Amino acid sequence: MPETITFYVLSALAIGASALVIGQRNPMYSVMLLIASFGALSGLYILLDAPFVAVAQIIIYAGAIMVLFLFVVMLLNAPQEDGAGWDRLHPLRQPGVARFGLLLALLLVTQLGWALARSTSLDQGVGVLGGGAVVSSVRELGRVLFTDYMFAFEATSVLILVAMVGAVVLARQEGKS
Amino acid sequence: MDFLAPYLRPGVIGAVIFVAFNALIIASAILVLAERKIMGFIQQRYGPYLTGPHGTLQPIADILKLLFKEELRPKGADKWLFTLAPVLSIVAAFTAFATVPFGGETTFFGLLDEPIKLGIADVNVGLLVVFAVTSMGVYGIVLAGWSSNSKYSLMGGLRASAQMISYELAYATSIAAVVLLAGSLSIREIVDGQSGYWFGVLPRWFLFLQPLGFIIYAIAGVAETNRAPFDFPEAEQELVAGYNTEYSSVRFALFPQAEYINMTTMAAVATDLYLGGWHGPFIPAEYGWIWFLLKVAFILFFYIWMRWTVPRYRYDQLMQFGWKWLFPASVLNLLVTAALVLYFNA
Repeated sequence: MPETITFYVLSALAIGASALVIGQRNPMYSVMLLIASFGALSGLYILLDAPFVAVAQIIIYAGAIMVLFLFVVMLLNAPQEDGAGWDRLHPLRQPGVARFGLLLALLLVTQLGWALARSTSLDQGVGVLGGGAVVSSVRELGRVLFTDYMFAFEATSVLILVAMVGAVVLARQEGKS
Repeated sequence: MDFLAPYLRPGVIGAVIFVAFNALIIASAILVLAERKIMGFIQQRYGPYLTGPHGTLQPIADILKLLFKEELRPKGADKWLFTLAPVLSIVAAFTAFATVPFGGETTFFGLLDEPIKLGIADVNVGLLVVFAVTSMGVYGIVLAGWSSNSKYSLMGGLRASAQMISYELAYATSIAAVVLLAGSLSIREIVDGQSGYWFGVLPRWFLFLQPLGFIIYAIAGVAETNRAPFDFPEAEQELVAGYNTEYSSVRFALFPQAEYINMTTMAAVATDLYLGGWHGPFIPAEYGWIWFLLKVAFILFFYIWMRWTVPRYRYDQLMQFGWKWLFPASVLNLLVTAALVLYFNA
C-alpha cells in the first residue's frame, strides 16, 4: 500500500511538473520544473527496484544536462519568452502548419488511447511489486549492455559523436579559421 | 529494562542518524574556527582570540550575529528562486552524507545483542548516490547567482555551472578507477576491501594503488566544493562576493555552511575510498570511527592549508587545466587501472 501511494504521489509530481514546464513563460522556472520532473521519475525507478537507473537519471539528466540548459538560459538571460504579442506572420502560426500540428497531436492521442486499451495487465505491478526477477545489479546491467545490446550501444555512441562534431562545425564562425 | 528491548535497536539507529546530522553542523562550526585560526597562523597573527578562551567561541558569535541581521532581498530579485537557492544548497549538502559510512560494526559497549554498522543508509549504489546528490548542490549556487538580479552574482553563478560541469567528469572518472579495484559500488564494501596490510607493514589503502587517481580526486574535489584556489564563483577581488553578493542574514549563512558540510563529505568520501576508512593500527576495530575522524580531520586541515597557501587560478586557466590535463589524466588512469585489474584477475 505505501508503494501505491508513493507511486501516485511521484506520478502526479512528474506529470504536474512536466505540464508546468510547457505552461511557464519564464524559461528559468521551466528548467527548474524539468529537474523536479526528473527527480520524480528517478523516484519511480527506485519503486521499480532499479536504483542504478534512478541514480544515473539524476547524475546524467538532472546533474549534467540540466546544468548545461541552465547555463545557456542564464547566458542568454531571457527573463520572458516573447510570446506576449500575437505575431500573425510567424511561420509557425500559418493555418497549414497549425492544422498539421493538430493532426499530429490527434494521432498521438489516438495512439496512446489504443495502447492503453490493448494492454491487459495495467493492474499488475512490475519489477519487485509484480514478483519479477530483480536485475538491479550494475554488473549484470553492464554485461547485458556490452553483449546482447552491443550494436545498439555502439550505434548510439557513434550517433552522439556525429552530433557533437556537427555542433562544433556549426558553432565555428566562418572566416575566422 | 526488558520492556525497552524491542525499541532498543531502532532507537540506537535513530540516535546514530541524529548524532551524524548534528556532527555535520558541529563540524562546520569547528571548520569556521579552524579556518580562521590556521589562516592566522599562516599569516603570522593570532586569529580570533577574544571570544571565549583563545577565541574558541567565535563560531557561535558569528552565527548569532548573522541570525540577528536583517534579511534583505533586492527589489529586482526573483522572489521564489531567491529563497529556494540557499535551501537547495544546504539540503543537498546534508543529503550527500546519507550514504557515507563512518565506522565498522559496533555493539556500543555491549548495549546491543547484534552489532550495527555505523552509517546512515547502506545502499548498494551508495557511491553513485553521493555523486548524484553532490552534483545537485550546484543548483543552489547557480540559482542564487541568477535570482539576485545582479551582474556580479550572475557571473558567479555562470562560473559555478561551467566549473562544476568541467570538474565533475574528472571527479567521476577518478572514482570509477577505485570502483574497478574494489569491484563494488557500495562504499562499505570498498572500505572493507582495504583492510589488512601488504608485507605486514604497508596498509592496503587504495591510495597506494591509485596515487594519480587520489591527486585527481583531491583537485577535482576542491573545485567541486568551490574552495580556493578554485573559488571562482565567489572570487572576491573580481566579483565582490560572487553568487552570494546580495544575500544577508541566515540565508547568507546557509551558503558557507553548505560549503563546509560539502568539504566534510568530500573528506569523508576520500577517507573511505583512498585512505582505508575506519581501518587502522593500534585502535581496536570496535573504535574504528576514531581513525575515521582523525583521517577526515587531516584532509580538512589540508584543505584549509591549501586555501591560505596557493593563490587563485585565472578563470580560463582553470577551464584549460580541467579539460586539457585533469580529464585526460583521469581517463588514462581509468584505462590503465582497468587493464591491470583485468590482467591480475585473469
